[in-house]
Amino acid sequence: MPIWTYDFTMARAATTTDAFNAVAEPRRRQILDAVAAGELSVSDLVALLGLPQPLVSKHLRVLREVGLVTARDDGRLRLYRLNGFALKPIYDWVKDFEDLWSERFARMDIVLAELKQATPEITEDGDDSDGDDE
Amino acid sequence: MEMTSNGPAVVTLPTDTEILITREFDAPRFLVYRAWTTPELIKRWWAGDRGVVTSAEVDLRPGGSWRYVMTANGGFEVAFHGVYREVVPGERLVSTEVFEGMPDAQAVSTTTFTEQDGRTTLSVLVLHQNKENRDAHINSGMEAGMQESMNHLEEVARSLS
Repeated sequence: MPIWTYDFTMARAATTTDAFNAVAEPRRRQILDAVAAGELSVSDLVALLGLPQPLVSKHLRVLREVGLVTARDDGRLRLYRLNGFALKPIYDWVKDFEDLWSERFARMDIVLAELKQATPEITEDGDDSDGDDE
Repeated sequence: MEMTSNGPAVVTLPTDTEILITREFDAPRFLVYRAWTTPELIKRWWAGDRGVVTSAEVDLRPGGSWRYVMTANGGFEVAFHGVYREVVPGERLVSTEVFEGMPDAQAVSTTTFTEQDGRTTLSVLVLHQNKENRDAHINSGMEAGMQESMNHLEEVARSLS
């Protein structure tokens, strides 16, 4: 029996406060994109995204809780910026899937090198759809 | 490193429900298409380094079905199947795609082959019904890896007892 559970959501976290959940919300991804370009205040973000200030603040709170943004006070302003390191689990998560495809494609390269050897002169062959002899 | 200069796959997540996989090959597109759709050839690449393809069935026509099965290194079986919706030889394939361990999560994948100067860009866009299914799909690679780690861990544990 396959033990291949595909049970990502359950296995990952009972909590709603990890980076994966934080970036699941499109508004929060917009905020991350914005602060990735440089430090911004709440009012900068309100102006940039056209969202009500309480909503921006709420999303920023979630992002801070999971460490995706950090804040520092500059006089009366609180400035937020991206903490890229907190995105690493997401990067790692996608990377493994990407690795699988890289492995597949590396093997296709070998197959293709052989096919090129076997069919050296062909340049265009539009109706090459079905079962050639092997 | 005897290998290729074609680089790794690039995986991006254009929206909450999509996965886009792209890669360039040093071969004309009719050959990439052949490698992509011929059962004997699929068997040589589809498992990557993670197992052995035990079956590849391809009925390459609109309404025709496909099914790939591999035995992963951890000993468990992984199978996908689907039905072709569009077949434009050498150019474009649209098909449904279902992981048999999660039969309700049907995705639709659109594969395109674009050739320039004898090189081919392969692009696979997988559209899921919702984010949960999309995430589960991404997780597939990690599950296989984790299973291997678990088996290894079990061996270590047994050797200690």
